[in-house]
Parts: sequence; C-alpha cells; structure tokens
Amino acid sequence: MFGYVTRRVLSAIPIALIAVTACFFILRLAPGGPFDGERALPPVTLANLRAHYNLDLPLIQQYFIYVGRLLQGDFGPSMVYNDFTVAEMLWIGLPFTLMLGFSAFIIGTIVGLVAGAFSAVNQNKWPDYVLVMLVMVGLVIPNFLMAAVLQLVFGVYLDWFPAGGWQAGSIPHLVLPITVLVLPHAGRTARLMRGSMIEVLGTNYVRTARSKGLGQRLILARHAIKPALLPVVSYLGPGLSYLLTGSLVVEQVFALPGIGKYFISAALNRDYGLVLGTTILYMFIILAVNLIVDVIYAWLDPKVRYH
Amino acid sequence: MKQVLKVEDMSVTFELHQSEVQAVREMNFTLSEGETLAVVGESGSGKSQAFLAIMGLLAKNGRAGGRAMMGDINLIGMPPRQLDTHRGKDIAMIFQDPMTSLNPTLKVRTQLAEVLVKHRDYDQQKATMAAIEMLERVGIPEPVKRANAYPHELSGGMRQRVMIAMALLCQPKILIADEPTTALDVTVQAQMLDLFKTLTEDFGTSLVLITHDLGVVAGVADRMMVMYGGRAVEKGTVDDLFYDPRHPYTLGLLHSTPHIAKRAARLDPIQGLPPSLEHLPKGCSFNPRCAFAFDRCLVERPPLTDTGNGREKACFYEGPMAYGKVA
Repeated sequence: MFGYVTRRVLSAIPIALIAVTACFFILRLAPGGPFDGERALPPVTLANLRAHYNLDLPLIQQYFIYVGRLLQGDFGPSMVYNDFTVAEMLWIGLPFTLMLGFSAFIIGTIVGLVAGAFSAVNQNKWPDYVLVMLVMVGLVIPNFLMAAVLQLVFGVYLDWFPAGGWQAGSIPHLVLPITVLVLPHAGRTARLMRGSMIEVLGTNYVRTARSKGLGQRLILARHAIKPALLPVVSYLGPGLSYLLTGSLVVEQVFALPGIGKYFISAALNRDYGLVLGTTILYMFIILAVNLIVDVIYAWLDPKVRYH
Repeated sequence: MKQVLKVEDMSVTFELHQSEVQAVREMNFTLSEGETLAVVGESGSGKSQAFLAIMGLLAKNGRAGGRAMMGDINLIGMPPRQLDTHRGKDIAMIFQDPMTSLNPTLKVRTQLAEVLVKHRDYDQQKATMAAIEMLERVGIPEPVKRANAYPHELSGGMRQRVMIAMALLCQPKILIADEPTTALDVTVQAQMLDLFKTLTEDFGTSLVLITHDLGVVAGVADRMMVMYGGRAVEKGTVDDLFYDPRHPYTLGLLHSTPHIAKRAARLDPIQGLPPSLEHLPKGCSFNPRCAFAFDRCLVERPPLTDTGNGREKACFYEGPMAYGKVA
C-alpha cells in the first residue's frame, strides 16, 4: 500500500508540470495585457511597467523565471493589485473557498451516496421514483439560476436566510451557497450510486450472500456497499473539479470573498500572475483529492493495489 | 429412508412486460437422507430455477407456487427473514461460476466465517479457525494463507473449493450444486466430484446435482430426474435410466453424449431446439423432436406416471426404442 501511494504521488509531479506549462502559454495566447486600460498609458510608463514584470523578455524566458520562482513557493506579484503579492491574495481567499467547497463536497457526497443506495434498494417503488425525479431537478438547473431562485425565495420572500454576504462565516450566510453547490454534486453522486448499487445487488456474489442466509442488512453493509462505491469513488475526483468550477459562480452571485472572485476578475484584467496562481492552486487541490480518491479506491478494490 | 425434502406441485412463474412465462410446472420429487439426486436437462428446462425457488433466490419478477417441505416447514413463500434462519444452515447452494460467486472485495476468511457467526453464534476468532479447518478439509493447500487471500488471488478450482467449504460449514441437510463443474477444467472436474462424494457422505448431506453433463451423473448420483420444458419427464435410479431409458428424451440425451467405448465418428444429437417456454407445443412438449410421437402425443399431454420399481415417466409410447430411431 505504501509503495502504491508513493507511485501515485510521484506520477502527480509531471501532471502538475504539464498543467502549469499549458496554463502559462494558453493565457499568453489571449489578446490584450494587464496594462491595457481604457486610456492608453504613456509609452515610457508602459515600457517601464513591462520591464518591471519581465514582460519584455522572450516568452520562453519568462516561463522559466516563473517556474523557477514557483518551485520556491513564490507565485509572483499581482499586476493589477499593486499592494499585494498573488500569494497574499490567495492566502486571504483560500480558507473561505476551501471551507465552502469542502463542506459542499462532503455534504453532497454523503447525501448522494445515501440517496442513491436507498433508491437502489427500493428500485421501482415510489421512494425511488421521487428520488430519481429530485435528482433530475438538481442536475438540470444551472447553478446561477438555482442561486438566483434560492436567493429570491429563501432570502427575499421567506427571509429565512441572508441572500448574500459573508459575515465572518456565520452559518446562516453559508446555507444558501452550500445548497447551490450541494444539489448538482449530490445529484450526480446519487445517480451513479443508484446505478452501481442496482448492478451489484444483481451480481452472483450477492446471490451467494443471500444463499448463506446473511439477512438484508448484513448483505448491504458488508457485501454490496463496498463494491458499489467503486465507480462512485472514481467520479469524486472530477466531481470536485465540477464543484470548484461551480463555486466560482456561486462566490460571485452571493458576494463571497473566496478566491473564485479573483479568478473571474483576474482573467478579465489579464492579471497573469493572479490567474496562474488561482489556477495552480485549484490544480493542486484537485490533484490532492484525486490522490486521496485513488488511495480509497485501492482500499476498496484489492485488485488495484498490485497493478 | 428418511426424507429430507419433499417438493409437491411446485411451479415457478416469471412476469414479463406483457406476459407470464412458466419456467417450472407441476414439479414433484423427494430427496432422501444421504442420497444424491441428479437433475438433468438442457438450458432453459427449468432445472436451475426450480432450485433457486426453493432457496428463495428467484429474480424479482419470479414467483414460486406449491410446497417444498423440509421436515414440516414449507420453504416456498416463506418470508426472507425466516428463510434466512435456514439458508446456509440446513440448506446450502453452490453455483455454476466460481469466478463471480465470491465477493471480490472481501477476504476468503471473512466470507467463510460470517456463515458460522450468523448461524452458529461463533465469535469471529472461533469462526475463522473453523473456516480454516474446513478449507483444509476441501483440499486447499496452505489454508491459513488462502484464508487471508482475496478471491482473485485463487484459481477457478480453488474458488469452487472455497464455495464448497462455505456451503458445508454448517453441515447442511441439503446441498444444492448448480452445475458446479461446468466452469472448471476437465481434470479439476473429476477431483471436484470426488470431493462432493466424500464430503456429503461424511456429513450425511443429501446432494442435488443440477447438470447437463451425463458423465457427471454417472459418476456421482444415485437417482436422477430428467427435465424438459419445465417439467420432469422421467425419474428413476441412475442405473435404470442409463441402461433402460423409457422416455425418448432421456434416450436422446444418452445418445448425444460421447462414449469412450463406442468409437462413433459422429455424435447423434437430438434434432431441433428446446421449446420456448412461452409457446410450448400442444400435447407433449417434446413431440416436435420425438421420433416415436403418434397422434395422441399431439393433442394430450402425458402425465408423469408411476411405472413400477420406483420409476416414473411422462410418455404415452410403450413400444421398444431402438438406437438410431431417435429423431
């Protein structure tokens, strides 16, 4: 198992490097730059600014400078917010985004697994129909619409929760944004879990377990859930990236101070350092979660450990 | 001899979208203590479904009728919770495909020990010890090591031995083996049959051997029941049915089996295909494929009748059945 984990960690390094490289060059392909304002800067000022941020060097050289700094943990300066380095800005927003993202991830995963398993056990009975319908609703409504509707209904009409804002992370402020993030994630997880559980309940080994007289509860807990989790667990990695992408929008709609906010404004401002910093941070989170997912997968499926 | 299982008027029906299919009809048989009964028939003859019904393992759309009396309890229609106090303890089953019949995510010892924890109230440690002992008994070398393995680390033959060990842990009165050797190498098949014979004798377990392989039947079984189109068509001792088959279908089965002494250039299969259970032929289900069928067979279904000496057959034809005339 230790060898397996080490191999997975090592294989994440080239992936990270490729992602950084791709982001760096794709970003530079976009027209415009950080200093293109409505009013053009005097040529001398512009030249000085460009020189200050090394933008006058050949692109390939800039790339090596950037990667070199990155390896030392330096994300470089923000080119728009002069008073902050990228690292400082991320450091302010990160705890918030992580809290929002992971709460939604954990709640959504648990809700999805339970709902999916329950649906499968009651396949083609009314609780199953109701759940399948709810899941569809959660899946098809885009998050910005869902956010607006929830704000209107629960924030304005019913006035149960604040419609936006943060206030040092008070729980009521978190309910609506987390709900918006949870619904599609729980929906996708539930759909997968339902399908995979139905499949497992029809396998020969579950029939063997029944023939041993183990009883429904033991069959589900010991024989069915573990193998049924396999496809769901492999979805969780990509699932988290969906969720984080969704959190960019949700942070905007609910006016929350996470790094999602920078992500959009920085991309529009061509704040190269900040865009790269945010992307790389997201990438690390996703790589880390995928790694955890792989380890869980290996624990669930003994066959994986040896390959 | 004491009867351990008495099946009366059993039927199995599957509900399809618009229709119903009867997979097993009017099944009657008894199983005596310590005896081995072979149930023989082509695919789709209902032989597996009949016994899955007795174990309460039918697919969701399946329904069983009639009675399967184990002592004075009827297994058919028993609620699952009550059935669970007997399954795995008094009556156990082994399945055709050992590759998929063991849970790939659980160690062998877990899958064995849980049977004893459930039915014998053993604690985990005692159950594991007993499981390892049983693994040794079914001829698994290094049982401690194998007990700690996952199923994918074992060969097919080894896995079927694990299945046998699992089924016999509680020394059941009845063991149902559904084509237990079909998925195995021929060399392993013979070992497996020996194992069945020894162990069921040791434990006094009655064995039901579901198979389409007459070679297997000849080696192990005492009595046999031939099934066709969901019904039993002939019953009797293995010797009687092999040397003096009275139903044309039994005769056809025997002739379509390769025989080492008769060096025939070609096998002599039964012509035609097994009937669809949804559209059984009128009269005797076998009449389209039968060389001896006469007018009565086309309109009336022959009932299973006692022909003396503990033999039963469902056929109107009483004349001699010569080799070569079948089909």
